[in-house]
Formats: sequence, structure tokens, C-alpha cells
Amino acid sequence: MITDLIHLIVGHNAVQKNLLALAVVIPLLIGPVCVITRVPNLAWFLALLSTGISLAIAVLLQIDMEPGVRLTYYLGNWPPPWGIEFVLDGASSITLLVMSALAFLSTLSAKDLVATEIAQADIGKFYGAWLLACGGLFGLVLTADAFNLFVFLEISALSSVILISMGAGRDRRALVAGYNYLLLGAVGATFYVIGVGFVYAMTGTLNMADLASRIPNSSSDTVVFVGFAFMVAGILVKAAVFPVHVWLPAAYAYAPSSVSTLLAAIATKAALYVLARVLFTIFSGLSPFVSLALDNVIIPLAVAGVFIGTVMAIYESDIKKLLAQSSVAQIGYIALSFSLATKAGISAGFVHIGNHAIIKGGLFMAVASFVISLGMRTNLKELRGIGRRMPITGVAFLICGLSLAGLPLTAGFMSKLFIIRAILETGSFIVLSLVLISSVLSLVYLWKIFEIMWMQPAPMKSPVLVEKPSVYLPLWFIAIVNIWLGVDADWLITASQTAAVALIGADG
Amino acid sequence: MSGLFIVISSTNLIKKLVGLSIFQTSVFLLYISLGKLSGGTAPILTGEPNTLYSNPLPHVLILTAIVVGVATTALGLALVLRINDAFESVEENEITLELAKQSELKPMRPRDKGVE
Repeated sequence: MITDLIHLIVGHNAVQKNLLALAVVIPLLIGPVCVITRVPNLAWFLALLSTGISLAIAVLLQIDMEPGVRLTYYLGNWPPPWGIEFVLDGASSITLLVMSALAFLSTLSAKDLVATEIAQADIGKFYGAWLLACGGLFGLVLTADAFNLFVFLEISALSSVILISMGAGRDRRALVAGYNYLLLGAVGATFYVIGVGFVYAMTGTLNMADLASRIPNSSSDTVVFVGFAFMVAGILVKAAVFPVHVWLPAAYAYAPSSVSTLLAAIATKAALYVLARVLFTIFSGLSPFVSLALDNVIIPLAVAGVFIGTVMAIYESDIKKLLAQSSVAQIGYIALSFSLATKAGISAGFVHIGNHAIIKGGLFMAVASFVISLGMRTNLKELRGIGRRMPITGVAFLICGLSLAGLPLTAGFMSKLFIIRAILETGSFIVLSLVLISSVLSLVYLWKIFEIMWMQPAPMKSPVLVEKPSVYLPLWFIAIVNIWLGVDADWLITASQTAAVALIGADG
Repeated sequence: MSGLFIVISSTNLIKKLVGLSIFQTSVFLLYISLGKLSGGTAPILTGEPNTLYSNPLPHVLILTAIVVGVATTALGLALVLRINDAFESVEENEITLELAKQSELKPMRPRDKGVE
């Protein structure tokens, strides 16, 4: 009945098409409004409203998504290949849904966090940059134009830099972290532009579908391949795949806690999605080249990333840095599953994009809650006995952490299951054993955190810590979703398989 | 590409940004040279058939990329200003040194003490 009503309102094709553009346009337009807003709560409400609208749009569009559906919106009504086109297919739909959901939840939890961490006068600007980052990342997922993608890449990168360096109020290292991210991000984006330039020179088009059909017929394979290498190298920087992940730990650790939540949950996911797009849509006609690059470059880098991230996390004593290093490892898992280039592999990648977003989003949100209660310290030593002092947040952290380790009945178990199944299918047992070993290693750092949080006594003279409902309600929602997806993940798996079909076709 | 070398090798944060700008500008030139057609005129309709036009699209793209580049440089310089305020240096190794000193001497910042 309700679905019928929704269909009556938005079932019309023209409405759906406009919704597609609105998901990006609304955050981008409300962002500047937030900047001039003087009242912090109003700015927060505007941010919540616009990410909420994007989420609602993503849900509505996902309901109707099935294999083969391809919604398009022509910006300025210029038909492609001349105009810029927004495309929603199985792959972009699920990524948009995951990202907008996490953006909404992080905004929901941000209210008290931001009020504690950011100077009153800057809160409007903060939410302005926040919305620009969200809008840029949504655009990254929806655009079907290779150059427009660069523009969205830079919108989201510049606003993320602003958000990260706003952590300078409490730790000046945030400035350096932001600067390094800016520099590396700009170099990565410029690499991507060089690649697009080469490919454009050979094909004369920028539309992704058009590129895909023209690349096999281009006169010089070498130029196209150089372009491919530049584009992929640029995106790897943005996605923080090893060895160009160095900006990520510092950026996540010194950013304001709410920003860490947002970035960890959605920023690298968008870049990974773009990686899949470039590999499987734009260069689909060049499969020998692509599989060469995948087998010899991206799979080894991804596996190395899984290992290095896990080992670094074991030795890290700052909780935010530890989680960031573990993000590097998880990004490695996603890049690895994509680069298997099979239907099972790509759908496993999308399952893990969704699951990792809720796991890391939840973990960083819990850490944010610890941090503001403890007064800005993120060292593991300060967290002794925190599980007993802040039980509501502590239990939610425990659930998300177990999910990260891949315990059965949690979302993380589903991802591990699908990734391992996909690797088994390709029969590369070296990769499989490496993945399994690092998966066991990840238990080491998780145990380290749990032991400190739950088993060690709290320091003497510890004040009573207040837990804020505005933080723990969204956190618990995420924790429950973690369990729900571990028990019944059917819709996510179906959506991920639709995504894989949209990228490489039904027979891949 | 020499710009990229500056980004990697220089330890001065401002020089790094200059290097980045050089790097980006050279990519802009790559695009603009793509649009040039020998013997082509500016892409304004002349009314005559058989006129050879240059491709205007790369110029349009680069206009966008220039705007992005300006924004990147501006934001980078603003950050360097703040870094200079906070560390009293724009040299990368001095900042690293200062940070190392900070973590050795006082792991906790004075502001944090009031909470406990």
C-alpha cells in the first residue's frame, strides 16, 4: 500500500530523473546557506535536512532498482555525448544509498560533537563544508562524465581538507594533516586529469558509455593505456590504496571526531566506486590490458595494503589512528574483491562497501563519544575501563568491533564470507591464505582495544561520564544494522549482485 | 613534470604549492594543445562552409580546471598561513622536529588537564 502510494508520486519517469539530480544539487545548494547561517542549531538542522532528502531520494530510487534499469538525467538538457549526464544503475544506486544513509547518520550524531569541538562562530561554515563534501561525493557516484568526475573529486577533496583542518582548534597537527591531504589529493586528481586528457585525445569524448564504445576502436592502444594508467593511479591516491594511503591515518586521526566519522564512512567508498567504474565501464573494451593491470598491480597492492594496515594497527596506540590503519586494510579488501573482476568478486566488493561503511561509521562514532566525554584525548591508555564507565556507547563499540573482526551473526562476517567465496572461485590460494592470515591478525588489535576498554580498571578519581543521546541513538541504530545485516543480508546481497551485473554484465 | 618533482623534493611548504601549480599548469597546456588544429580558426561560425575550426571543448574543460587549481592553491596557502601561526615555520623538517619535541616533553596539552 505504501509502496503503491510512493509509486503514484515518484513512479513517473520524469520525476525519477529529476530526483537523481536533486540528490546532488540539494546538498550543494544548502551548503552555502549554512555558511551564512549564524545560528549553529539551524545550520545543523539544514545539514540534517538536506542529507535526509538525499537519503530519501536514494531509498526511493533503490526500491525500483533491478538489473538492467538505467536512469539518466541530462544536465542542462544537453544530450550525451555532448552534455554531462547523470546515470543511476545498479552500481551507483547501492553506493549512493550506503553513502547517503551514513551521511545522514553522521550528521544526526554531529550536533553535540561539533558544538564541543568547533568554535561557535565557525559552526555555520563547518556545516557548509560538510554539505559540500557530501554533495561532491554523491556527485562522484552519479556522474557519467569523466571530466565532471574530476570536478566532483576536487569539490569533495577541498571541502574535506577544510573539515580536517578545522581540528586545529584542539590539535595543531590537523593543519599538517589537512595540508598533506590537499597536496596528495591534488597530485592524484591531476594524474587523473592527465589520463582523461590522453583518452580524450584518442577518442574525442568524455561520456563514460561513449568512451567505452570508442576505446576498442582507437588508433593507438599505447596512448589509451598510458591514459588508463594515469587515471587509475590518480584514483588509487583518492581511495587510499597502499602505498598511497599515507595521508589517511593522519587525516582521520586529527580531524574533528564528527568529521572522522563522515570521512571514514563515505569518502573512500566513493573513490573505490569510481575505481570500479573506470576499470569496468570506461575500459571495458580493453579487457586484456585491464586484467593485466589488475593481476600484476592492483591485487598485489591491495593484499599488501591489507597486511600493512593490519600490522600498523596492531602497533598503533592512538585509537583514531588505529581505526584509520584498519581502514587502510579494509580498503585493501574492497580493492582486492573488485580486482578479481568476476561477478562474485565485484558483488563481494559492494557488500563490503556497505558493511565497512556501517562498521567504521559506528566505530568512529563511538570513539567520538569517548573523546568528547574524556576531553579530547584519543590515546588508548586514556580509555582504560571506559566500557564500564560509558556502557551504552561501549557495548555499541563492542558490536561494531566484533563485526569488523567478522564474527558470525554480524555484518562483517557476511563480507568476509563473500570475499573468501569470491577468491575461492578464482582459485588463487596464495591470496586466500594471505587474506585469512591478516583476518586473524586483525583480532590482535581488536583484542587489544577490548582488553583495555573492558578488563582494565578505570583510573582512580575518574569523574562520572555523561553519555549524550544525540550520539548514542544513531550509534545504536548502526550497531543494530550491523547485527541485522549479519542475520539477514538478502537485500544488500541482491543489490550488490545487481551492481556487479551493471558493471560487467550478467555473464561475467 | 618538473612541478611534481618540486612537490616531492622541496621541504618548503610554499614551494611545494608552487610546484603543484606548475604541475597543474603543464597539464592545462597539454589539454589546450589538443584543441589546436593546424590551420584552424577560432570556433566562431563564419558562415562559410569548409572552414576549419579548432576544437573549443578542451578550452572549456581547462577553464573549469583552472578554477579548481586556483581554489586548491588558495586553500593551500591559507593552510600554510595557519601552519605558520601554529608552528612558526613553513619548513617541513622543522615542523616534524617540533612535533617530535612536543610528544616527548608534554604528551598532554595544558588545555586538556582541566577535564580530569
